[in-house]
Amino acid sequence: MKFKSLALAAGVVAMALSAPAHAQVEIQWWHSMTGGLNEWVNDLAKQFNDSQKDYKVVATFKGNYDESMTAAMAAFRSGNAPHILQVFEVGTATMMAAKGAVKPVGEVMKQSGVSFDPKAYVPAVSAYYTAPSGEMMSFPFNSSTTIFYYNKDAFKAAGLDPNKAPSTWPEVVAAAAKLKANGSKCPYSTSWMSWVHLESFSLWHNTLFATQNNGFGGPSARLAFNSPLHLRHFENLANMAKQGLFVYKGRASVAVPSFVSGECAMFTGSSGSYADVAKGAKFAYGLAPLPYYPDVAGAPQNTAIGGASLWVMSGKKAPEYKGVAEFFKFLSNPEVQSASHKRTGYLPITTAAYELTEKSGFYKEKPGTDVAVTQMIRKTTDKSRGIRLGNFVQIRTILDEETELIWSGKKEPKDALESAMKRGNEQLERFEKASKAAAL
Amino acid sequence: MEKRVRFQSAWLPWALLAPQVAIVSVFFFWPAAQAILQSLQVEDSFGLSRQWAGLENFKTLFSDAAYLESFKTTAIFSVLVAVLGIAVSLMLAVFADRVVRGVLFYRTLLIVPYAVAPAVAGVLWLFMFSPSIGVVAYGLSKFLGFEWNHLLNSNHAMTLIVAAAVWKQISYNFLFFVAGLQSIPKSLVEAAAIDGARPWRRFWSIQFPLLTPTTFFLLVINMVYAFFDTFAIIDATTSGGPGRDTVILVFKVYIDGIKGGDIGGSAAQSVVLMLIVVALTVLQFRYVEKKVSY
Repeated sequence: MKFKSLALAAGVVAMALSAPAHAQVEIQWWHSMTGGLNEWVNDLAKQFNDSQKDYKVVATFKGNYDESMTAAMAAFRSGNAPHILQVFEVGTATMMAAKGAVKPVGEVMKQSGVSFDPKAYVPAVSAYYTAPSGEMMSFPFNSSTTIFYYNKDAFKAAGLDPNKAPSTWPEVVAAAAKLKANGSKCPYSTSWMSWVHLESFSLWHNTLFATQNNGFGGPSARLAFNSPLHLRHFENLANMAKQGLFVYKGRASVAVPSFVSGECAMFTGSSGSYADVAKGAKFAYGLAPLPYYPDVAGAPQNTAIGGASLWVMSGKKAPEYKGVAEFFKFLSNPEVQSASHKRTGYLPITTAAYELTEKSGFYKEKPGTDVAVTQMIRKTTDKSRGIRLGNFVQIRTILDEETELIWSGKKEPKDALESAMKRGNEQLERFEKASKAAAL
Repeated sequence: MEKRVRFQSAWLPWALLAPQVAIVSVFFFWPAAQAILQSLQVEDSFGLSRQWAGLENFKTLFSDAAYLESFKTTAIFSVLVAVLGIAVSLMLAVFADRVVRGVLFYRTLLIVPYAVAPAVAGVLWLFMFSPSIGVVAYGLSKFLGFEWNHLLNSNHAMTLIVAAAVWKQISYNFLFFVAGLQSIPKSLVEAAAIDGARPWRRFWSIQFPLLTPTTFFLLVINMVYAFFDTFAIIDATTSGGPGRDTVILVFKVYIDGIKGGDIGGSAAQSVVLMLIVVALTVLQFRYVEKKVSY
C-alpha cells in the first residue's frame, strides 16, 4: 500500500515537472457575468487563448458587481489582486481615485507597444472612462443604456398606434391614460429609478445631475438635481402614480418581469434587458428611445452609460501587462465586438463595430436593437458626457429610498429631491475627504 | 455555603481554559479590536491610505438623522422577532409534546427551516409575497380583496421581514423547548392532571415556570439573532425599503461596509451595535434573570 501511493506520488510529480515545456503567462480576469453572459465571457477568453500561444486568460466569476469589487479590494490588500477586474459604471470614480491600485489602460497599451487608438471608440462610452488628463483609465467592455419598451398588443387593444411609440413624456401620460381606460392595471413602470429618471434623464435633456460637469471635474462635485426640470418630471411621475398610470415595481431591475409577463404595458429600463424581453415576452413588443420633454432646449442629447469596464490592477510584471494589452487588442477587433453586440445586446463599443453590424443587416432583422446605439453615438457635451461620482452606490440607494416616499405618498416630490440631495452631498463630502487623504 | 471546587494546581485551570480562550480571542477579541481601531480611522477602500480620524466617524454617524431612525426600526424589529419567535415555537413545542403518534415526523418537519440559509429564506418569502405575482399576495387580493404591497407599504414590509426572520428561527427555539419540556418530570404533570388541572392550567402553573431558564436563554439568543443575523433576509426581501423603513442597524453596517466600501463608517456602526448588544445582554441578566428559577 505504502509503496503504491509513493509510486503514485512520484508519478504525479514527474508529470507536473514535464508538462509546461513552454511556460504560458497567465492573466487572471475577475468578472460578474452570470447565465448566458458567463458563457459569453468564457468564450471570449477561449477564443483569445486559442488565437495565440504566449498568454492564457483565466476568467473567474467573483459574484455580482459589488461583490467582485469588494473581493478585489480585499485581494489587493493582501497582494493577490487579479490582473483584470470588471467594474460597474457606478464604481468608476472609486477606481479612479485609487491611483496606487490601478494602472491606466492607456499606459498599459503604450508600455507594451501594442497599437491602440482611443478615438476608435464611441465617444459617449470612452469619454466616461477617460481621465481629465485625456488618458484612458479603463477598457470599455459591456456598455448599456436606458431605453423605452412597450407592448404592441396592449397598444392595439387600447386603440393606440402599435407602430408609434410615445416619444415624449406628455405622450406617455396620454398613452397610459388610454391603456388604463382599457383596463390595464399597470400602464407604465420602470427599473433603475435613479439611472433612468435622474441620471439618464439629466443627460438626455443636457442638464446637470451634479456640479463640476457631473463629477468629471473632480471630487468637489455636489448634486444638482433640484432644478425646475427635475422637479417637473417627478411631479409628473407622482401624479401618474396617484392616478394609477405609473406603478412602482421595486428597486434595481426587479421590475423587468412585470413587463415581460405582460402586466405592465410600457416600461423604461436597461437596453441590456433586451435578452430577457426577447426570450420571455409572449406578445409583440417594441423598443424606442427614452421619452423627453419637447420644450427643453438641447433635448434629446444622449443617454447615460451603464454596464461595466475592465480595469487593470497595479503591481504586476511587464510580460503580464503585455498579455493584458494583447487581450484588449483582441477585444477591440470589430468582428469580435460586433459578434458580442449581437449576442448580448450590449452596445458595440467601437464605431467600426457598429458599422459592421449595420452592414450585416442585423438591425433590419431585429428592429429596435439599434435604439440604444443611436442614443449613444452622438457628440457629447460637457453636461452629457456621463456621471462620475464617488460613493455612487450609496447615493443611488438614497435616491431609491427618498423616491419611494413619493410613490407611497409620504413626501412631496420637492421635499424628497431636496432631502436626497442633502444626504447625497454628505456622501460626496465624505468621498472628497477620503480621496484627499489618499492623494497625500 | 461554598460549593465551588478548587484546583490545587496553579497552572492547570489556565491550561484547561487555554483552548477556549484561544478560540474566543481569534474569533471574537481580535476582530472586535480591529473594528474598534478601524472605527477611529478614515480609510479608502483599497487600503492605500489610512488617516487617524479620532471620533469623526461617530460624530458623522450620530448627526445623520437616517441613522438615528434605524434605532427605532431595529428596536421594533428585534422585539417582534424575539417575542413572536419564542411564543410561536413554545406553542408548537407544547403541541408537539402532546402528540402521541408520529412525533418524529412532526419534529423533523419543524426543525427543517433551520437548515435553510437566511438569504434563501428571504427569497422564499419574497416569492410568496411578491405583489401581483406571489402566491400569497395573489391569494390575498383574489379572495380577501386585500392589496398586499410591501414595496410601498411599510407595515407590510415590516410584517414580511419579521415573518421570514421568525420562521427561520422557530426551529432553533423549538428544539430547546422540546428538550426543556422533556426534562420536566412526568410525575409533576400527571399529579396535576389527577388533581383535575386542565391542559392550559398545567402548562401555565407547572410547565411554563419550569421552562423559564430555557425561555430566558432563548430571549438572549433571539435578541442577538435579530440584531446580527438578519441582514441577509432583509437584503433579499426589502433591501431596507420602502424608504428606510426596514433598514435595521446591522443591514446598514453591511450596506455601507461591503457595498459602499466605507470601512471607517461601517466599523463605527458595528462598534455601536456591539455596545448595544452587550448592554442589552447585561440588562437581561441583571433584571430578567432574577425572575428565573433554575
